[in-house]
Amino acid sequence: MRYAMAIDTKKCVGCGDCVVACQTENNVPHGYCRDWIVENVSGSYPNVEIELRSERCNHCDNAPCVRCCPTGASHIVEGGIVMVTHNECIGCGACIESCPYDARYSHPEGYVDKCTFCKHRLDKGQNPACVEVCPTKCLHFGDLDDPNSDVSKALKDRKWKVLAPEAGTKPQLYFLT
Amino acid sequence: MKEELFVSGRNIPNIDPYLHIWHWQIPLYLFLGGLAAGILFFAGYFVVMQKEKDMQASVKWAPLLAPFALALGLFALFLDLKHQLYFWRLYTTVRFTSPMSWGAWTLMFITPLSVIWVASYMKEMFPRWDWKFEILNKFEAFAIKYRKTMAWAIMVLAIILGVYTGILLSAFNARPLWNTSILGPLFLVSGLSTGLAFTMMISKSKYERKVLGRIDLILITVELFLITHMFMGFLAGSAAKIEAAELFLGGDFTVTFWAFVVVLGLIFPAIMEILELRGYHVPIWIPSTFILIGGLVFRFVMVEAGQITRFLY
Repeated sequence: MRYAMAIDTKKCVGCGDCVVACQTENNVPHGYCRDWIVENVSGSYPNVEIELRSERCNHCDNAPCVRCCPTGASHIVEGGIVMVTHNECIGCGACIESCPYDARYSHPEGYVDKCTFCKHRLDKGQNPACVEVCPTKCLHFGDLDDPNSDVSKALKDRKWKVLAPEAGTKPQLYFLT
Repeated sequence: MKEELFVSGRNIPNIDPYLHIWHWQIPLYLFLGGLAAGILFFAGYFVVMQKEKDMQASVKWAPLLAPFALALGLFALFLDLKHQLYFWRLYTTVRFTSPMSWGAWTLMFITPLSVIWVASYMKEMFPRWDWKFEILNKFEAFAIKYRKTMAWAIMVLAIILGVYTGILLSAFNARPLWNTSILGPLFLVSGLSTGLAFTMMISKSKYERKVLGRIDLILITVELFLITHMFMGFLAGSAAKIEAAELFLGGDFTVTFWAFVVVLGLIFPAIMEILELRGYHVPIWIPSTFILIGGLVFRFVMVEAGQITRFLY
């Protein structure tokens, strides 16, 4: 099993619903977020292009945060989800430094926090909160090993890219372009 | 063509707009760790080479600072932790892939060893020293008996500690400025050089200062070579590396790095040491102080600048 997410950059309108849903679902402290919207504007007027991306932890296959963690608090669970055990985390910041996507933050309570693909919801057979609320249905989630999953179908006949592949982290967020 | 990135709905403390999760504690710790590594390495080295008699400051007096430097460094590290009550988690596991785990364990061994080292010389340094308890006297006799073994152990651990201060940073491939394997040897050499600088400063023997001065000159030359090499590597690297190097080649850190680290921290003290070896009278505290300050600034610059650099996407 390999959980992954495909984000349709052509459909995303940058409304930020995914951000708010995540903050509510996961009790993210005020001023912090586990997912966010990037507006990538390129070109010069009148030929301007915009790409909207809903970004979060890439749950990398070769996760540098897990490699650098001195206590094993950062670890990978079934399905390839990168998780942090709060009471094993010492808050040293090594994983934050090691993430090319700046997907982690230091929770005000001390430990490091990040997107979990809403593991607690997956366990109940539900989709992550961000996927659930997206009004344009631009977030596709599921198991890459299952050809009938939402994410596999989305990736099948679309062009896609991943962010900073040169970082060698084998990220598992796919951006449909 | 122009490209602009906006990140909406995100202003996380210490991460946006620039990563700044590590503050003054880390570079201070890297400096103190390197300094202690330098002092302890040469203490062990001169014992192994049976130069104890000629190298009194290196073997006995300078190591007095090492336990304090290590303790202060560890305290700085502790201050940097955000989840401090759980720090003991470092010692419930060994993570071979994590340099920080390596470092924590190395410190676990080298810190007590440095205390034992100093203790074994207490009576030689302070003839009226009294351990008060018989068991400590026995322990001292034991430590003196195995001094040579201890010297070997301390040399190996000091090298691991010195290299680790650099590897700690170079393991993060997300920060292109740090992600160069040359940082390990560079921090080691710089640490050894700061250790020597401190020993030279407190040495009363002219012969010892001369020997240390010569070694230090070699170390400074190697350090300059490694720095040149580091920039050659960056400039021949990917866009992210080139951008990282540009912070030092016209960017925000240019003056701090070249003036304070390279010129005042390396070249100037090297010239002073050459003059001293040529027979001119140079007060030894001048090159020593500049080397120590240069080493400290070097670590601050690397930690600060490294966190700004990132992959471009």
